Amino acid sequence: MSPFRRGGPEQAETAGAARLTLSRTARRAGMFSLLLIPVLLVNLSRVQVVQSAHYDGNPANQRAVLARYSQPRGDIVVDGRSVTGSRATGGAFDYVRTYTDGPLYAPVTGFSSQTYGNTLLEGVEDGILSGTDSRLPAHPLLNAITREQVPGGKVITTINAKAQQAAFAGLGGKRGAVAAIEPATGRILALASTPSYDPGGLAGTGPAVTADWTSLTGSAVQPMLNRALRQTYPPGSTFKLVTASAGLTGNVYSGIDVPTNSPDPYTPADTTVPIINENPADPCLDATLRVALEVSCNTVYGKLGDDVGEAGIVRMAQAYGFNQSSQTIPVGVSESVFPTGLTGQAYLALSSIGQYDTAATPLQMAEVGAAIADNGTLMQPQLVDSLTRSDGTPVQSFKPKVFGHPVSAAVAAELQQMMVGVVSSPLGTGGNAAIPGVTVGGKTGTAQNGVGNSGTPYAWFVCFARPSGAAVARWRWRW
Amino acid sequence: MTAAATAAAAPQPRVPTRRITELLLVVLSVLIAAFGYADVGCAIDGRVPADTAEYAAGLGGLALLAHLAIRLRARYADPLLLPLAVLLNGLGLVAIYRLDRATGSSSAPSQLLWSTLGVLLFIAVVVLLRDYRVLQRYAYVFAFCAIVLMIVPVFLPAVYGAKIWIKAGPLSFQPGEVAKIALAVFFASYLASNRDALALTGRRIWFIELPRGRDLGPILVVWLISSGVLFLEQDLGTCLIFFGMFVMMLYVATGRIGWIAVGLLLVGAAVVPVAVFEPHVHSRFTDWLYPLRSISQGQGAGQLAQSLFAFAAGGLLGTGLGQGHSYLIGFAVKSDWILATFGEELGLVGLAALLLVYAVLVVRGYRAGIMLRDPFGRLLSIGLASLLALQVFVVAGGVTDLIPLTGMTMPFLAQGGSSLVTNWILVALLVRTSDAARRPEPPPVPPDPEPQLSPPEPPERAGTHDPGAAGPRADEPGADQPGAAEPGAAEPGTDQPDRDEPGDDEQTQGVPKV
Repeated sequence: MSPFRRGGPEQAETAGAARLTLSRTARRAGMFSLLLIPVLLVNLSRVQVVQSAHYDGNPANQRAVLARYSQPRGDIVVDGRSVTGSRATGGAFDYVRTYTDGPLYAPVTGFSSQTYGNTLLEGVEDGILSGTDSRLPAHPLLNAITREQVPGGKVITTINAKAQQAAFAGLGGKRGAVAAIEPATGRILALASTPSYDPGGLAGTGPAVTADWTSLTGSAVQPMLNRALRQTYPPGSTFKLVTASAGLTGNVYSGIDVPTNSPDPYTPADTTVPIINENPADPCLDATLRVALEVSCNTVYGKLGDDVGEAGIVRMAQAYGFNQSSQTIPVGVSESVFPTGLTGQAYLALSSIGQYDTAATPLQMAEVGAAIADNGTLMQPQLVDSLTRSDGTPVQSFKPKVFGHPVSAAVAAELQQMMVGVVSSPLGTGGNAAIPGVTVGGKTGTAQNGVGNSGTPYAWFVCFARPSGAAVARWRWRW
Repeated sequence: MTAAATAAAAPQPRVPTRRITELLLVVLSVLIAAFGYADVGCAIDGRVPADTAEYAAGLGGLALLAHLAIRLRARYADPLLLPLAVLLNGLGLVAIYRLDRATGSSSAPSQLLWSTLGVLLFIAVVVLLRDYRVLQRYAYVFAFCAIVLMIVPVFLPAVYGAKIWIKAGPLSFQPGEVAKIALAVFFASYLASNRDALALTGRRIWFIELPRGRDLGPILVVWLISSGVLFLEQDLGTCLIFFGMFVMMLYVATGRIGWIAVGLLLVGAAVVPVAVFEPHVHSRFTDWLYPLRSISQGQGAGQLAQSLFAFAAGGLLGTGLGQGHSYLIGFAVKSDWILATFGEELGLVGLAALLLVYAVLVVRGYRAGIMLRDPFGRLLSIGLASLLALQVFVVAGGVTDLIPLTGMTMPFLAQGGSSLVTNWILVALLVRTSDAARRPEPPPVPPDPEPQLSPPEPPERAGTHDPGAAGPRADEPGADQPGAAEPGAAEPGTDQPDRDEPGDDEQTQGVPKV
């Protein structure tokens, strides 16, 4: 009903005057004034409801940032212990990230910086850690009404503290990386990249942080590069495991102890440049696959690649996880590449011994080792065990997931034997990896790099151990 | 209103004064404001501020004084006016206190001081202005004062980049605010005296009938001068509001919609070149069209963008008092932009409630006007009510990017003494007119036998408009002119409680001879 109905008696109008009365015009003016309110409310609904997400997400809107730093950030947990923390500063951005063992876990946690954003686990699990993930509120509906800020949750990693420390100690500060996977589950036990850096130095704001950033990004050794996940290198001889898998699966030779009828040096049909071995004295002429793996014969495996053919090698490499453009663990992993569309046997032979355009992350080669150790089943590598609320109640748990079956159990058993031989055979290149009382299988690798092979070669080692079970790939500059 | 309906059934109607209603509502308003104050403290410090009781007592004391003044001198005044004003003033204090906490300044105490001055002036008006019709005698004095008040700051140094302030020591005053009321009085008075001439005489030129120059001239001159001055001072918001008030009062007085259309067209034609060529106005228009422009230009969020961010952050239910970040707006966050704080912390729901409070205040102003028989009082009430409505619209529309920003303050809520004081005076005048509108005549006048008993009435409405009550109510059949635009007219049942007031008599409310 009109709010202006209660009028006093109308004045006696001048007879026959065809004009509106004061009362009627007043009511119309009143209705007009009242109409302004719904107009305002419609516009407010537009701003506050319809387009609110648009405004909330605007990069110039500081609210999200202010909310993020107004409470302690959730922690990243290794072996039941938080490797991160938060420090109150009392400034506009209250809480700053701290790290208990910054350099040790930097390849896992990444950094959380008020100036430079978040990377690695700090980045991909930011919603959980900062408390904005929609799964965090225990009572979502109630929370939507009270809009109480949710404390940041925890990210429980699969990392084993001892393995991680061992990996770092083993690398000894040289440029290198280690990825260790539990073959049966795909859990990543260690993920090391050296030289490392302290992410705590980047956490806050101000000139010290900027200076730290400048020196880290400007450093020739790239401390912030996660070499285990984010950099690919020619895998060299470690790739022979993949070539061997393809050969054995395709029954190119009748067994691992059958002579392969391979020349030394091996010159592919379409080239005049021969493939030679590291050491001309190695018994590579017509060697068996087993011996050729133990002493790492380029000639045998180059020829094997050509014998298997491009399609077979590519299929096997992809079954092990190569050429996977968007692998996440949940941190993004760079794509390991086995080239497709190769023209000619020479390139195929080189690619089959991990040279030419073949490139792999250390994590990828650890997956190869893990699949062999797990009797042919490749598990998805994963870095996060579970996500929880701040009180420890679970938000999400990650179950082991099968990626695929690159080789049969029988072929895997043969490959295991060959790898054990690499470590235990007197001729084997991996003798240094032997551990008394433990069965260790491995494969060494040395990859040329640089223009005309002028660069320092890369040194690889892919291995597994029984009974403790981890498959490890280590890459580092040869020293 | 139901109590009133039963009272109306008595042969000798006794108009309830509703002062108890007012008192209860005033107490409720003070409690709401005190609760908000405590809530801010709880949200920021985790405890109720120590001075909550003093604050509530201060506001409550002022409100009670005002209530007493109404009891003494305006017994029949509309019981909603004072509580709503107290509520808005109290909420404004809460928001200012809240922003004080975010900005580290201390504006709430001085705002309370200004509130005190405002309420004292309210009381002065209610007590001293026994009959608002006195104002009509001084119509031209008011017009003169309004223009002088607006011109004076032009000769004074600019404050905050605008020449709209008079600064005396620590106090600064925006005379344009007070001029609003003076102009409303003048417009009402002039139109009340000349509305017949305006409406009935004139020349037809082309398709529109124009009034004679001597009828429209004076009021047009006053409006043009004030608008010109404001335009020179770049106080476009006030300029816009004056124009709106002028148009609405002219329409109410004459019913000439055609003039309104012509006026709007002329103003539109004047605004477009100004918006294009005048840099200050032009930037306001660009901001209106592209509020996030400064961000894409890499200059960060401008004030309008920050205001929109604040409203958006509030969403449907708001963040809760004390938990928003509207202070990011920066300059004038407590005055021009104060609505953003309400938007962020109380949400769309809270804003809707707030806007409804204004709506009720405006409706009550209009209602007092419609009930009055005296054209001056009627036009004055309507002018003041539309002033309020327009200001709310212009400010709220400006900070939410509905219309270009004009830089004005939300009535009662915003920090700023002149605005607060002016609005208290405005409500005081509405209290006076509503008191006159509802006041019964001391000697009950017997029903006037003729001529009002038998006015021509639309036959199909005859039954619905006779509520069957005896006495003075029978003489108001024309009160509700049925019209298609009034949905309420179709519901005879709702008429009864609405028509409890006896009609004011021609003798008392008639046009005084000036």
